[in-house]
Amino acid sequence: MTDATHIDVSYVANLARIDLTEEETKLFQGQLDQILEYVEQLGELDVSNVAPTAHAMPLVNILRTDTPRDSLDNEAVTANAPAARDGQILVPKINEQF
Amino acid sequence: MLNTKTISELSDLLERGECTSVEIVNDVLASIDSRDGVINAYLTLDREAALEQAKSADVARAAGKTGPLLGIPLAVKDLLNVKGQPCTCSSKILEGYISPYDATAIAKLREAGAIFMGRVNMDEFAMGSSTESSAFKKTRNPWNTDHVPGGSSGGSAACVAADEAVAALGSDTGGSIRQPAAFCGCVGLKPTYGMISRYGLTAFASSLDQIGPITKTVKDSAILLEAMAGHDEMDSTSLSLNPMTAVQLMTRNEALTEIPISDPKEYPSDTNKQNGMFSSELIDDHSLKGMKLGLPKEYFVEGMDPEVEQAVRDAVAHCKELGAEIVDVSLPHSKYAIAVYYIIATAEASANLARFDGIRYGLRLDGKDPAELYGKTRAAGFGSEVKRRIILGTYVLSSGYYDAYYLRAQKVRTLIRNDFVEAFKQCDAILAPVTPTPAYKIGEKTNDPLKMYLDDILTTPVNLAGICGLSVPCGFSKAGLPIGLQIIGDSFKEGNILKVGHAYEQTTEWHKQKPEL
Repeated sequence: MTDATHIDVSYVANLARIDLTEEETKLFQGQLDQILEYVEQLGELDVSNVAPTAHAMPLVNILRTDTPRDSLDNEAVTANAPAARDGQILVPKINEQF
Repeated sequence: MLNTKTISELSDLLERGECTSVEIVNDVLASIDSRDGVINAYLTLDREAALEQAKSADVARAAGKTGPLLGIPLAVKDLLNVKGQPCTCSSKILEGYISPYDATAIAKLREAGAIFMGRVNMDEFAMGSSTESSAFKKTRNPWNTDHVPGGSSGGSAACVAADEAVAALGSDTGGSIRQPAAFCGCVGLKPTYGMISRYGLTAFASSLDQIGPITKTVKDSAILLEAMAGHDEMDSTSLSLNPMTAVQLMTRNEALTEIPISDPKEYPSDTNKQNGMFSSELIDDHSLKGMKLGLPKEYFVEGMDPEVEQAVRDAVAHCKELGAEIVDVSLPHSKYAIAVYYIIATAEASANLARFDGIRYGLRLDGKDPAELYGKTRAAGFGSEVKRRIILGTYVLSSGYYDAYYLRAQKVRTLIRNDFVEAFKQCDAILAPVTPTPAYKIGEKTNDPLKMYLDDILTTPVNLAGICGLSVPCGFSKAGLPIGLQIIGDSFKEGNILKVGHAYEQTTEWHKQKPEL
């Protein structure tokens, strides 16, 4: 499968947007290397003529008519937000120009 | 002691006016008060709302409403949304979250008159096999409180086994209903993928997740399945067949269709119609004559506990005595299931859990920009097992590794599914153990994730293939821990596995055993 079953935990954790402590990074490094080594066994199989299964059931897209309908009201949605004002969710500044 | 009874027993008592729903709820609450201090199954309890709903159910019944779930209290795994109740998925990142809506399965049960008592513990975001990854508490196995209840629906199984609930709802992504049911001596049903809408079920791995019941009897699982099944426009993967067509699909052989799934949208007002769900013929006749049951050699794995193997082999012999023909079948790619499962499930989880970023709900740790906010929030909000799986899932999907891991796993998934297609040409259902060992001790496997993953070897193939599986009590170890028999059925063949499970259960005494608490 891969040349080396080694994962760069710090790099991947950053992709996943999780700040890991040094201790966690070290712990996960060992555990994930071990898990990746285990999954190497899938390389034993010849799957060149096998179609991938993304879903157990054969599904086709079904289009519905785009008609307006009731949804949760604003209050219900913002009630769970960590920070909200005037019916909107507050977030840190994204663009320095504004 | 109404809390010790089954849904169908209570439904009969209510129908005959021999008890009220308020009395049932009070007995369940009393049991929780006396036992949950030790078992730790419940995260939160909605006492007043439960009693209010029970009063309403009693009023509705007095006014002529009937139904097998009218006035029956249920415990709900903390990842299914019930309007007005918390839904934390046993994670700090969702602490304080209150559901603004009902999951479709919940809405259907509510319509049928069920009562939602409270939220029960689970592995954080359903990632785990022992309920030890919960951020909030350690649930204990009622049969031996030093042992785990299994997971991820450990709270659901523990509360049913301890009679702290009449029945419970769980979810099964790789065995999370069947395994805790086996560890706690309950019945657990993982329905065919698409049988029950997943709308309102917090997503872990969307191509594998399925809601299902954990109950005291097979019949109770059938009652809950009937109430929850059916197409929902909010979940495009739920069956687009109408329930009657599903019945036809469930009937490989006309003689075996004894559990019709009636249209759940149409609330049955006719008592005879509801009782028809389990025809008297089915209840009295436990013959398995004419059924072929497959025994896969690959499911009696090396290192399996001899007591588990013996109990399952005894159960197979029992089914033979009931008239079933036992045939050898082979599922040659079973040994790859764990590797495939932990690639596919973590890949899907890494995408599904991206929504927990501290913006719209739950925990937020502020940062100078969104990226810092996400990183800090997710670091503080997720526990180790969830972080580990998100990182693994992100890795297998990342550029350069996708083909080697994710795509290859999907291809091997096809081989695993094909194994079942071949096997079901030879049999109506497959008999197997649920787990290689009975429940282990709390803390025994927490430091070795791979070791814990390997225990899912007998349950994950069913999810990968999208088919259905049932766990039924079939014995006890010498140490007094329950052992489960797994009955696996083809897609939409719930009728077959429920029939076998019911016949086995009703001609054995295992399900009648209660833990000493």
